Amino acid sequence: MTKKIFFCVLVCFLSLANYAQKCVYTFKGTVTDYHDGTPIFGAAILIKNLNKYTTSDFEGKFKITNLCKGELTLIISHISCETKEVSIDLKDNLSKDFFLEHHIESLNEINVTAGLNVKSKTLQTSVLKVDKIDTYSNLNLGDALKEIAGVSSINTGSTIVKPIINGLHSSRVIVMANGVRLQDQEWGIEHAPNIDINTAEKITVVKGANSLEFGGDAIGGVIITEPSKVILKDSLYGKTIVSGQTNGRGFSFHSSISKSTKKGWYVNAKSTLKRFGDFETPDYVLTNTGLNSKAFSIQTGLKKFESGFNLYYTYIHNEIGILRASHLGNIEDLVNAINTPKPLVINDFSYEINAPRQDITHQLVKADYYKRFKKLGKLTIQYDFQDNQRFEFDVRIGDDRNKPAIDLNLTSHSIKTSFEFDAKSDQTYKVGVLGAYQNNFANPNTGVRRLIPDFNKYDVGIFTIGNFVLNDKTTVDVGLRYDYNSFNAKKFYLKSRWNERNYDAEFNDLIIGDFNTQWLVNPKFDYHNVSTSAGISYQLNEENAVLFNYALSNRAPNPSELFSDGLHHSAARIELGDLRIQQETSNRFATSYNFKNDNTAVLVELFFNHINNFIYIEPNGTEQTIRGAFPVWAYKKTTANLFGIDVSFEQQINNQFLFNNKSSFIRGKDLDNNRDLIDIPAARTVNEISFKKEKWHHFNANLASEFVFKQNLFPNNNFETYIPTTDTNVLVDVSSTPESYHLLNFNADATFKLSKKTKLTIGINVTNIMNTNYREYLNRLRYFADDLGRNYVLQLKFNY
Amino acid sequence: MKTIKNLAIIAVFVSTFIACSNDDPDPVVEQELITTITATLTPNGGGTVVILKSVDLDGDGPNPPVINPTNAVLAANTTYNGVLKVENETEDPAEDVTLEVLDLDEEHQFFFTATNNIATVTYDDMDGDGNPIGVEFTLVTTAASSGNLTITLRHEPMKSATGVSEGDITNAGGETDVQATFAITVQ
Repeated sequence: MTKKIFFCVLVCFLSLANYAQKCVYTFKGTVTDYHDGTPIFGAAILIKNLNKYTTSDFEGKFKITNLCKGELTLIISHISCETKEVSIDLKDNLSKDFFLEHHIESLNEINVTAGLNVKSKTLQTSVLKVDKIDTYSNLNLGDALKEIAGVSSINTGSTIVKPIINGLHSSRVIVMANGVRLQDQEWGIEHAPNIDINTAEKITVVKGANSLEFGGDAIGGVIITEPSKVILKDSLYGKTIVSGQTNGRGFSFHSSISKSTKKGWYVNAKSTLKRFGDFETPDYVLTNTGLNSKAFSIQTGLKKFESGFNLYYTYIHNEIGILRASHLGNIEDLVNAINTPKPLVINDFSYEINAPRQDITHQLVKADYYKRFKKLGKLTIQYDFQDNQRFEFDVRIGDDRNKPAIDLNLTSHSIKTSFEFDAKSDQTYKVGVLGAYQNNFANPNTGVRRLIPDFNKYDVGIFTIGNFVLNDKTTVDVGLRYDYNSFNAKKFYLKSRWNERNYDAEFNDLIIGDFNTQWLVNPKFDYHNVSTSAGISYQLNEENAVLFNYALSNRAPNPSELFSDGLHHSAARIELGDLRIQQETSNRFATSYNFKNDNTAVLVELFFNHINNFIYIEPNGTEQTIRGAFPVWAYKKTTANLFGIDVSFEQQINNQFLFNNKSSFIRGKDLDNNRDLIDIPAARTVNEISFKKEKWHHFNANLASEFVFKQNLFPNNNFETYIPTTDTNVLVDVSSTPESYHLLNFNADATFKLSKKTKLTIGINVTNIMNTNYREYLNRLRYFADDLGRNYVLQLKFNY
Repeated sequence: MKTIKNLAIIAVFVSTFIACSNDDPDPVVEQELITTITATLTPNGGGTVVILKSVDLDGDGPNPPVINPTNAVLAANTTYNGVLKVENETEDPAEDVTLEVLDLDEEHQFFFTATNNIATVTYDDMDGDGNPIGVEFTLVTTAASSGNLTITLRHEPMKSATGVSEGDITNAGGETDVQATFAITVQ
């Protein structure tokens, strides 16, 4: 008892003492959604050491008055948010903004993936959310990303779609799938990312190499896909999307189910099936362009604020038909194909997928664990394993008919750990290390000389990034990363090729075996790469903001650039890498201007990318073999400048109508040869008008007009070749670009409540409404056939 | 403590990787490889036998096929009995691929294209369906002139397509296994 009285007296005394300190200061601020920046209403702000308490209003604002100088321990919480604990040293009136990880009670939000925070304001980022992604359920990741200004794609037909960010693709773009860097032989143009778009509920594109956490070699940018979020309450819910379409006469089916508990345990499973037959242009069937895709994923874990873990497994199997007419014998066939307006093989529609075709299985396993340390930060540890099995079946004959021409198995392990110091919200740091091992096995039983050799690759990376909120208007980011990449390959070279490439002068010490016409060589190459990034964002006033950033990044050459050697049967071209190729170094400067008020939003993004040792592949004449002549494509290096501008504009016309425009323009210059760079996307502009009426069952409709200009800036790689059967010398025009084209697309949907917890969204989508004939510069099959004609898609989406 | 643990885990991983077997890969046994085509032309009724040969020992490698002779001389207005042979000379002894061609004769056909009307070629053999193969053929030269003779072996041609069984390659389709062009002087 006496103790209690004593305590009481002490407290009173202390409060008096405090009072004497002039407690007149005000602490105010806002609480906003970590993810989308919307104000959070009703968040509790508790000053722990004073037991003072308030809540945020409709605009997310709060105010606590009569505070004394000294340290405050704040706990900011909301019924459906991660609780945040922050220490502040109060010296004066203070205004501060807080971001909470807000997960809407219904279905969305709460970030299951640990450590994937692209909250930095100094990056050029764009986000696609679940509603948008769902409309692409029957398509590919690369198709959906074209919604973002400055992102386009490089295709092989319509089912192999690789995203291009600001003119760069393949090894220059990192794809993060649920926290795992996808390792799926991404070096090849005809190797699409092995990811089911339906596993993503949110896709973030970061332009440029500034997000050093994911890698120092993302000269183009990073694509981050994140899976569905988990609600921290006892729930069971799911989603099913069924689409049918006329072009390809196929369907796509996706279903997912999630179960979670209040205590934080969760499990979710997803599966997707897609089956399409031959696609069609306005005039003819694209024979052998079907698709058979199966994907499955399961994730489980424990999600708590203090600590948690996730286990994740995905399986995706794609069987992809490649246009039959794109299979060539020798250069004569290529000349014939280029000079014939229609493909040389057109059969009746079929669901059959014959050679040439790809058969790819990708599996991914991930385990991660995180733990938060009070007043310090968050530790994350992750291990992942990936297995990528790629078969490419070529048109072969006799007993080899069903034997793949390419049989590559790539296995990757990686382990990474990071620590984020986030106790002070205005000053966060993250440090991390990563170790990775990769093995590629090229099966010799194909009977075709290996294009990519057996190799072991070792990577070690270490990074540190810092985020500083200087004041409520200015944020600064800096980062530093070091990567070590080491190749140990074993490869057979034809002695004639070894000499033709002049390797005998430089690399004879790599030879470890003599096999008659071939050398067995053992290249061991090490690369040390340092990358840095810096960025600043500044809010000029409520409506205007700017950001500037810079990144220095280095990318070690990929196996294809180093080791390619020989006839790529499916492309009927001889592809030659170069052992001398060194890493690329990119210096990228970017700036964005953002204007936003109630009715108008404008985003202008500019970049300039200077790349030393820029590695590219281009036609390089022909080589004569006993089967006739073949075009040669060789990897080369140059100094390149890329610059571009991406514009997004949005104007709310009235309550129902919204207009928006997305445009991008990019220019690539090869400085060493004083000419334009090959494979740079043409300028593109999309104008869209949308109509929305909530009362009509959330009715949405939009009409989009997409105009793609002709690419007039390209290098001339044309060459002459002799065609013996006609006894003529002909010019092989592999360089000329297709004409500009204009497509109209229409999309409408409405949502109906079937029961308290079930709703149905019916959508229709028509692409290429005018049934326009067109070819796209960055479609590898443009020499052979037109692109897709009109397509009607009917989509039913059930949320339950 | 934690860091030490993490480092230990990494160390275990790294050592596992390093322990991976480091066997040398096997060379690929190239299938369907043809390095050599030889046309033996024997004049009907006696005279000099002419042998046309194209050899490409490095397959898809950079070295072009070696053609011998660089300029063959045929007698004017003469009928030659021709025989073709295709081989894989990277094996020892050389594999006679002609046998495989004849074995699967419905799937193969040789085509002969002569420029400048230096000669005409007719087939002397037939597959099971009564379509030509071209391993045996007759070549008739015209008056003195010079030009090229291109011999093409197509795998899986559409032998029933228009003109194909008459030796016109235009509609043949299929895949080119061999294509060799010889410079010829008829005198």
